[in-house]
Amino acid sequence: MVKPEPWQIAVKWGVTVLAAAAALYLVFLIYQSGQPVWAVLALGLFGLGFFVYLSNAAFAYRYLFPGLAGMAIFVAFPLLFTVQIGFTNYSSTNLLSFERATSYFLDQLAPSEGAIFTYTLHADGSEFRLRLVPKHDEEDEQDEAKKKELDAHTYVSPPLALLRPDPPTEVKVVTVKEASWQESEPLPVSEIIKHRAVLGKIKVRLPDGTMLSYSGLRDFAPLEPVWRKNADGSLIQVKSGEVYKANQETGFYESASGERALPGFKVGIGFGNYGRMLTDPNFRGPFFAIFTWTVVFAGMTVLLTLCVGCTLAVLLNWEALSGRTIYRTLLFLPYAVPGFISILVFKGLFNQNFGEINHILNAVLGIKPAWFADPTLAKVMILIVNTWLGYPYIMVLCTGLIKAIPADLYEASAIAGAGPLVNFFKITAPLIVKPLTPLLIASFAFNFNNFVLIYLLTGGRPDFLNTKVPAGTTDILVSYTYRIAFQDSGQNFGLAAAISTVIFFLVALLSIVNLRLAKVNKQEGR
Amino acid sequence: MAIVTGKKHGIRVIGAHLFLLALVGLTLFPLLAIVSISLRPGNFASGSLIPDHISFEHWKLALGISYQDVDGSLVEPPFPVLKWLWNSIKIASIAAVLIVAISTTAAYAFARLKFRFKTPILNSMLLLQMFPAVLALVAIYAIFETIGNYVPWLGVETHAGVVLAYLGGVAMHIWTIRGYFDTIPVEIEECAKVDGATHFQAFRYVLLPMAVPILVVVFILAFIGGIIEYPVASVLLRKVDNLTLAVGSKYYLYEQKYLWGDFAAAAVLSGVPITVVFLMAQRYIVSGLTAGGVKG
Repeated sequence: MVKPEPWQIAVKWGVTVLAAAAALYLVFLIYQSGQPVWAVLALGLFGLGFFVYLSNAAFAYRYLFPGLAGMAIFVAFPLLFTVQIGFTNYSSTNLLSFERATSYFLDQLAPSEGAIFTYTLHADGSEFRLRLVPKHDEEDEQDEAKKKELDAHTYVSPPLALLRPDPPTEVKVVTVKEASWQESEPLPVSEIIKHRAVLGKIKVRLPDGTMLSYSGLRDFAPLEPVWRKNADGSLIQVKSGEVYKANQETGFYESASGERALPGFKVGIGFGNYGRMLTDPNFRGPFFAIFTWTVVFAGMTVLLTLCVGCTLAVLLNWEALSGRTIYRTLLFLPYAVPGFISILVFKGLFNQNFGEINHILNAVLGIKPAWFADPTLAKVMILIVNTWLGYPYIMVLCTGLIKAIPADLYEASAIAGAGPLVNFFKITAPLIVKPLTPLLIASFAFNFNNFVLIYLLTGGRPDFLNTKVPAGTTDILVSYTYRIAFQDSGQNFGLAAAISTVIFFLVALLSIVNLRLAKVNKQEGR
Repeated sequence: MAIVTGKKHGIRVIGAHLFLLALVGLTLFPLLAIVSISLRPGNFASGSLIPDHISFEHWKLALGISYQDVDGSLVEPPFPVLKWLWNSIKIASIAAVLIVAISTTAAYAFARLKFRFKTPILNSMLLLQMFPAVLALVAIYAIFETIGNYVPWLGVETHAGVVLAYLGGVAMHIWTIRGYFDTIPVEIEECAKVDGATHFQAFRYVLLPMAVPILVVVFILAFIGGIIEYPVASVLLRKVDNLTLAVGSKYYLYEQKYLWGDFAAAAVLSGVPITVVFLMAQRYIVSGLTAGGVKG
């Protein structure tokens, strides 16, 4: 081995130190923003990276590190995160952690009915000033002492640029005496109405720290916290005096009468989501229907693509046939066209009113099937489309496997006078079935999760009519999960994650079986 | 090479041709129909497969040119299709290059080096790969939102973020390349090492040049995988100008706004280059496929 030059060592360590400094800075930034867990994770990842590339002990992992890190961050971590979410009530109503939800409640302010100020708006050049006077009766102004008291608590704001596109939102006011301001005539109410939207956003801070907010065309009212925290951690609603206790089982602050304060917070609910899958009758019905359809869909797809693909492979291996290359290229096309384009093309072609397919059916048979409205027809359509998309893959696989069969077997059968069917079932099929099985299982697993097809073609519709959580008759488990998490049913991430976990275990089971089968094949082949 | 042929041979050949022609017809029908539709005027036009009146209005819109309608009003292109195509190609090619680099080095380690936990790592990688990204979208979104807080150019709504997300899906490619490395005799590299090459030099100058064919296959598979990927891109990218083709195409066929003709032109325009790349690489890909890759 050639010894590295001194400058090479210097460059190496220079780069290392710079990279380490950058990494540490990033970790520090994360830590500083109050995310210690993420900071530790990032620190661990960077540390591992430096160890792998600097230590000779971890030599082999230098080649592995980028790939493994990518898989760890973008596959394994999301997986664990998902499994963990499956045990919580994480959803659009329970997004925040307990601490964040509590401080959200405590930060809430509302105008109270306490010491209200009446205000007037005054023009000052092109800008405006607010003048605030404590609410009082007309007679008070006649009384000398009361008048003095009022004057001491009359405040005026600095000139406010209400007409600018980014008007002020928080304003500090001072007493009239302190402001060098020549009091002018107040603007009429019509002028206040004009600026109502901007005024509504302004918070006024009095010298003693009280915050006031707009509460009407004449009044500014002090802001008060809506909730106060009791010593035992429960919250009290200031206005009604009602006590809300945090319920760590449901993830809501609840009053004695069971009323819930929104938003709720994220809590672990154990196997609650899984229990719901099995026991909640509103949920169980569609869930099992969807599960059955998922299995039927994946199974039928494999079967149909196998029939078409294998037949074609056999035919295209027949030497007596001319033009096989052209046939092969043309029949391979569905595989070459990007899936999302062909799926959307079919979506248009199957359209009930102006799709080409119904035009032809109408001209020939006089029927116009409602492909997207009728559950059975929609399922048929999905299977047709997926067969079209999938048979070239099986065809290619089978072609490769059939080519490997020795030709003298067919010679011998031809001498014995066997026909093509006998040839297929006695020679071809038995020889390709073993190496094909793991590939078919992989295809089954792929279609079990064929989200793009369902989502782009039908979106799971038509929906079941009698369910609480929207569910489609053509939904497969993944697309159903996607709907629960991101669409119409209240973004229930916890439930979606629980279903995801179930799907993962099903698919993992399939692939373990698959690995076993592939291994057995390999050993027999040797 | 069958020397002995049956009596019904001729009929069977004709029968096979008829069957194949019928299937070719069924296979090509949607593709020809979409070309035909893209040339018909209007968004609801129907007619024969060879349109009797050819109009290029949809093509103009797909290419980003507005055109004058019959009633004189100017029709603007509904979506930036070319921008989407460019986004897709950009993301897919950068991701594919990085995926090839990452998976080649990892495959080298699996094929040639000895280290602890080799088999468990390989098997768990394959299992992990079975977990579809759709199911982890919530987590993936959360990760990129967090990353974006500290490194804005890698966060949500950035193409770099999408590329980064795609780098997780390397298990299948590592598996494929490793299989190929296994077929190259290890003796050649050992000779190089005897001559004084380091591990990395033996990998870079001896093994890699011999593995170019499989690297091409993996590049194309990864490229096409990036072009057609839908779920992750749909969650990470939302702004119209930022979308990839796979995410954007859907917007043409909304119930309320069904731009069938415009979609047809955009689909042909963007589908043809990708299809051509795929067909040209078909020879290489087929060998990669039998190694176990499934395309969506």
